[in-house]
Amino acid sequence: MTIATSTELICFLILSSIIVGGGIGVVLIENIVYSAFLLGGVFMSVAGLYLLLNASFVAAAQVLVYVGAINVLILFAIMLVNKREPLKPIKGLKVRKFFSGCVCAGLLALLFRVDITTKWSTPGPQAIGEIATERIGEHLFTDYLLPFELASVLLLMAMIGAIVLARRDTRSIQLEEIDPVRENVIKSSNSNVLIDQSPD
Amino acid sequence: MITTLNIVFVAVVNTGLDLEISFNHFLEGIGLPSSIAHLLWLPLPMLLVLSAALIGVLVTVWLERKISAAAQQRIGPEYAGALGILQPMADGLKLLVKEDIIPQKADSLLFTLGPVLVLIPVILSWLIVPFGQNLLISNVGIGIFLWIALSSIQPIGLLMSGYASNNKYSLLGGLRAAAQSISYEIPLALAVLAVVMMSNSLSTIDIVNQQNTAGFLSWNIFRQPIGFLIFWICALAECERLPFDLPEAEEELVAGYQTEYAGMKFALFYLGSYINLVLSSLLVSVLYLGGWGFPIPIELIANILGQSANDPIIQIITGSIGIMMTVFKTYLLVFLAILLRWTTPRVRIDQLLDLGWKFLLPISLVNLLFTAALKLAFPVAFGG
Repeated sequence: MTIATSTELICFLILSSIIVGGGIGVVLIENIVYSAFLLGGVFMSVAGLYLLLNASFVAAAQVLVYVGAINVLILFAIMLVNKREPLKPIKGLKVRKFFSGCVCAGLLALLFRVDITTKWSTPGPQAIGEIATERIGEHLFTDYLLPFELASVLLLMAMIGAIVLARRDTRSIQLEEIDPVRENVIKSSNSNVLIDQSPD
Repeated sequence: MITTLNIVFVAVVNTGLDLEISFNHFLEGIGLPSSIAHLLWLPLPMLLVLSAALIGVLVTVWLERKISAAAQQRIGPEYAGALGILQPMADGLKLLVKEDIIPQKADSLLFTLGPVLVLIPVILSWLIVPFGQNLLISNVGIGIFLWIALSSIQPIGLLMSGYASNNKYSLLGGLRAAAQSISYEIPLALAVLAVVMMSNSLSTIDIVNQQNTAGFLSWNIFRQPIGFLIFWICALAECERLPFDLPEAEEELVAGYQTEYAGMKFALFYLGSYINLVLSSLLVSVLYLGGWGFPIPIELIANILGQSANDPIIQIITGSIGIMMTVFKTYLLVFLAILLRWTTPRVRIDQLLDLGWKFLLPISLVNLLFTAALKLAFPVAFGG
């Protein structure tokens, strides 16, 4: 065994134990903030696995999208909402936990079955390394163009929906019911949204 | 002894100043197997770049103190060494021996992990900073994209330390820092994308080489003036420098997410912000100011002087000038950042977000489209 392969093996073992342990931690830890941070660690380790597979562009994209965007968004949501009080006790929590544990174990068994019964080609296809970036770009703009554009439209819809939900509260206030000082404040804060109301 | 040095010297020059190959040749020459030579080589460039980064920070801290003093008509540090040049060392020593306090109600694990998570991505990003054709740790193919990806980890560390401090100012500061860093990352990435489009490569080496065809006239700053401004503004915002230092705005938030930190943990934040400033300036000089390139091509000067550009001496001189040019451009930008600190007022949080989302983002998109159009129209000047 050369130095390169043994290093690769050690890295793989460390990364996969972080992924498995972190994944279990995300689900089982009661403190939701810890879960969110552990999720970030899991995403990072997955990026590390991509690096081991010689897919550096995918690894960097994984860090950028999952750690830098999605995980930060989750943390934002938790920290803006989080009140430090214990959750209300839910009826039949133990039964619920048991059933969801059963579902998870079933899924795990299914995955193991797929893993064992599939005939994996070993060694797999040769990694193309550095030219992967160009190849991904070519695919995205030729044969995968439609799914790519559809995904962007989906994201746009989600974004517009979020903006509409966020702006609705200031719009729906009845202007007649409140005193004139606050009315002016609300008018000025709405000036970007509402149609121009000034007489001209 | 002199003959050995001579052999090493010739070997270094013959491989185009690729120190790795010559180092390995040298070790194999004295009878070590190539794998051991490779292992011995691996930590060397990392240690070198790490110490370069730290020395860069010391110099920047000193510059910041002296230039700030000059801007306010003070003298600044004076007694620690000549012109107070040892003052940053004294600062560092003070932080090193200070008591390391973890507030009682803080979350000690996350409190400790936060500053580390802020510092590590910044140091890792030095992986791709080139000081010469072969003078960088690793010419990875994804190059500049690696930096963008790594800098997106930082907000997690900021949120973590803001949350773990159990202090309202810290939490507000952490949230502000994360919001700011997310919103300015997008125009930053789009500005970089325009440069990448012109040089057809993400690698920093290729980006610099593409700018050094005709001396300073081919620098990207002339082809991407808007991109340069966008990148510089966003880099300042990512480093939390004035006018964008909202996360630690003293009048509003005490010191933001750093409020509860003391001793070495505070020093990690301090170090991180200055390493980030030097790194951003380095990347501006790499992306827009021709990196290690001399304003007039050195081959031209060598030809005028009647020397061959492949002459060993000339190559050594070229390499040294390259390092000096990179450092010079970088510190010029650091100087500009420090001057900006004392000449611009801080923006409000809503102005900051408006500037990022409603101004820089559309402008950088237009810049990208414009670059694409120019590239199709004038492939000679815009890297076809």
